[in-house]
Amino acid sequence: MIEHALTFGYVAVSIAVLLNLWRLLRGPSLMDRVLAVDTMVINVIALIILFGIQQRTTVFFEAALLFAMFGFISTVAYCRFILRGDVIE
Amino acid sequence: MTFVLEVLISALIVLGGIFALVGSVGLVKLPDLLTRLHGPTKATTLGVGGALAGSMLFFFGIEGTLSIHEVLISVFLFLTAPISAHFIAKAHLHEHVALRADLPPTGREHGWSTFDGVPESSDGEQAEHAPRG
Repeated sequence: MIEHALTFGYVAVSIAVLLNLWRLLRGPSLMDRVLAVDTMVINVIALIILFGIQQRTTVFFEAALLFAMFGFISTVAYCRFILRGDVIE
Repeated sequence: MTFVLEVLISALIVLGGIFALVGSVGLVKLPDLLTRLHGPTKATTLGVGGALAGSMLFFFGIEGTLSIHEVLISVFLFLTAPISAHFIAKAHLHEHVALRADLPPTGREHGWSTFDGVPESSDGEQAEHAPRG
């Protein structure tokens, strides 16, 4: 049963990533693209976790945690660059 | 017992997938950025939370190992999602200064702190409760 749920989860999250890519390409303003990348990172974390359940290993959680930190820091850095013209003053 | 656990894990995974999908559909369908922020910050974060809860239950109930990483990841995501949404909204407001006219009045002496800077701290008590104009 978990296998079928995992398949459903893969399909749903992959469609979500494709929709994010569409917004990333289309996005009328710069902040739309930043938001699309932020959402895409979160969806990729979901994919990594589903893959970890399928492989029955906890190795991938470090990768998920690194992705979470990297996505957050990149979003904040980009927004600060737009707001202040500099990342670290 | 194992069957109940599997049903629970599957339900969490499916719910997580549905929420992630709904958040991304909202990102595509909604009309402008300030409404588009709602989808990813709420629905997608909840979707990842569902997948993380399912993973935690899976490794605890079926594999028999207690892993704390999921708690760490979900706490981190739930903490940082509002912060990044706030930053994106603030940068968007600064990019489109014309939106300033659409903001509702704050009801205080100083306007929105995003635009007007930090108010003076001296006699801030009285100024804080004084109605605007």
